[in-house]
Amino acid sequence: MRTAPPAAMCAKFWLFGATPLPSLPHKGGGCELVRIAVVSVTPVLALFAREWRIARRIGGGASVGAVFFLILVSIMPFAIGPDMNLLARLGPAILWIAALLATLLGLDRLFQADQDDGSLDVMIDGPLPLELVTLVKCAAHWTTSALPLIVVSPVFGLMLGMAPAPLGLVVATLAAGTPALTMIGAIGAALTVSLRRGGLLMAVLVLPLTIPVLIFGVAAASAASGGAAPFLTPFLMLCAISLFAIAAAPFAAAAALRHVRE
Amino acid sequence: MRLRAWDLTMERGGRRLFSRLGFEAEAGSALIVVGPNGAGKSSLLRGLCGFLPFASGGFALDGGDGERSLGEQAHYLGHADALKGALTAGENLAFWAGALGGDARREAAQAALARVGLAHVIDFPARALSAGQKRRVALARLLVARRPLWLLDEPTTALDVAAQSSFAGVMQAFMDDGGIVVAATHAPLGLKGARELRIGAVEGVA
Repeated sequence: MRTAPPAAMCAKFWLFGATPLPSLPHKGGGCELVRIAVVSVTPVLALFAREWRIARRIGGGASVGAVFFLILVSIMPFAIGPDMNLLARLGPAILWIAALLATLLGLDRLFQADQDDGSLDVMIDGPLPLELVTLVKCAAHWTTSALPLIVVSPVFGLMLGMAPAPLGLVVATLAAGTPALTMIGAIGAALTVSLRRGGLLMAVLVLPLTIPVLIFGVAAASAASGGAAPFLTPFLMLCAISLFAIAAAPFAAAAALRHVRE
Repeated sequence: MRLRAWDLTMERGGRRLFSRLGFEAEAGSALIVVGPNGAGKSSLLRGLCGFLPFASGGFALDGGDGERSLGEQAHYLGHADALKGALTAGENLAFWAGALGGDARREAAQAALARVGLAHVIDFPARALSAGQKRRVALARLLVARRPLWLLDEPTTALDVAAQSSFAGVMQAFMDDGGIVVAATHAPLGLKGARELRIGAVEGVA
């Protein structure tokens, strides 16, 4: 039975020291704090660098998201027809739905790949708390799959006939909203970690939870491209949802991982 | 340092695997867990790591770090090798060294690979390695970060005879250095002074 005293749990969470750190009571000087900071950051950087490397190698799936985004956006005119005004009006919604689907693409493997090859076992007993592992993996996933998509989205906006001027604001809504999508998706990925074909179930679990993000995202993006509604209110709500998701989702995902694996 | 376990009972899927199991292992000793398939050898190791709950009993590492769980003071080597095929053997080891608080430099990975006889594959992608070579890279992970306890589940799977005896040397050196090895295996590991813990249906209670 794992019975660590609460103080020890706190120490682990805040310091997640890689080498046996001396217990805190004796106050170290500035040097000691710097040493603790360096020792604590090394595992985080190692994990981030590894995720980044894997995503960028062949089969990693980082570029697939952007290509998927491109394909979704470019088949829309075929479905809707060559009405430029209609396309321009639907543009923000199309960009957002494409971003939502592209972000979820590949998220189902976020933990499953590590579960299958045994890495997750080693990470759970590593110096980093599982919550932080989750957060770092999400950060790496966001920078490798959502960030490229945000960068190319103005070009896709032009393809949809949107006016060039407000595209910057539309990009801002995507940048503010996609972290929430990644974090919510991570909870679904954690819940389905031990299922062989968990990808579809994950989408079914996660998509309803992303509705608020979609509502405020599209509202802000539409307002930016010339609606009557104000831009700032939905945009700030979007930021709030993302911040809340970043703060809460790692705990939910880590709890799901611990529970599901037993 | 001493690993102690008492009164361990584990149930999986409504079936009792073992009950009231107890053992001790001193620093510098090895405990070989043997038993038929399905006796609960892997479950015992995963329970010690904290991945599975025991129905009763407890365990402790006397003289260890009181602020960390036993799993956090142990290297666990399961059936899977915990290697990423897209990364090279050296990158895999350097990552685990960094993530586990060891020496993340390339030289450390090189030295660990040399001890399992694979120094030449450091720049090979892990997916290009054979099953036995992957296993040896996974064994090299035990060497890139220092932990006082090794929990090994069938460590010599897929290893050829030469690699098995060379890994026996690695384990012996670790034990001589004060380490504790707990290994579940069917094949003899060739360790001096290893004690056997037999679990399974034959004895009922070990």
